[in-house]
Amino acid sequence: MIVRILGEGQRRVDDGDLQPLNQLDNDLVAAVDAGDEDKFDTALTALLDKVRQIGVPVPDDEIVPSDLVLPSSDASLAEVRELLGDEGLIPG
Amino acid sequence: MGMGRRLALIFKAKANKVLDKHEDPRETLDYSYEKQLELLTKVRRGVADVATSRKRLEIQMQQLQASGDKLQSQAQQAVQAGRDDLAREALTRRAAVNQQLADLQTQHAQLQAEEEKLTTASQRLQAKVDSFRTRKETIKATYTAAEAQTKIGEAMSGISEEMGDVGLAMQRAEDKTQQMQARAGAVDELIASGALDDASQPLGGKDDIQRELDSMSAGNDVELELAKLKGELPAGQPAQALPSAEQPAPAEEGKK
Repeated sequence: MIVRILGEGQRRVDDGDLQPLNQLDNDLVAAVDAGDEDKFDTALTALLDKVRQIGVPVPDDEIVPSDLVLPSSDASLAEVRELLGDEGLIPG
Repeated sequence: MGMGRRLALIFKAKANKVLDKHEDPRETLDYSYEKQLELLTKVRRGVADVATSRKRLEIQMQQLQASGDKLQSQAQQAVQAGRDDLAREALTRRAAVNQQLADLQTQHAQLQAEEEKLTTASQRLQAKVDSFRTRKETIKATYTAAEAQTKIGEAMSGISEEMGDVGLAMQRAEDKTQQMQARAGAVDELIASGALDDASQPLGGKDDIQRELDSMSAGNDVELELAKLKGELPAGQPAQALPSAEQPAPAEEGKK
């Protein structure tokens, strides 16, 4: 499974390692839905740290779509909301 | 559905939009490749813009540092001359300069981080674009419609996502650069207005504190010159030779 951290590139994560990621991802969704900045920061940091820890960087010349795309570590709650809500933000 | 999946789907939807634009998927490949090259050019320009802003910030930081140092030495001179009022004024200005300097240092660190991220992103995009070109040619050479749809779909999703990511990184860097430039413009105005001392002025430009310190030391110089001249008077020459002098000059007294 391929996971992208925006601004950092992609990492390949073993399917067997997905369980902890899903849990952390759910925490992040809960924080975004609740609009809780502090929880959001904590959840995002925990999720990204885990991905960095268990994921192996995808080589630069490999072109694969991601199964998960995660906000960059310094993203704010508002930025993530915009990303989810407004497709126009992502040029393509 | 998780956050990560939702975001991934948004990127995929973008890629599909591009795919649907052309009837022959091979045209999509060429079209996308052109867009990739355009984006690469933009990203490189973006990196250069951020670097320019960073350098401008560095120049301003040097100016402010020089201002702060100068005010510090003015304060010392003023204290030596017994002018606490002047020293206080210099130290107050130095505090304002230091505050500005601290703000600029924070901005500088942010900008440097953006520059590094964008540089890495542009290197990654370059590698992917090169790889895409090879893949594009392979797909076109062995083209069978059914097979190509899948292969092209995957390549397009992958590269579109990369482009989307780089596009976002560029937007962030541009935002930071713009904020920074607005700030830098304000600092330039402050320096030009003299509110932040004038270490940046061309040589010869002087602020009020310096003028006062200079006039004090100029006054001292005159006194010293005068004392020296008096000391050079020949010992035998009586002071009363000067019609207006009624008493011996102090310098002459010192020689006795």
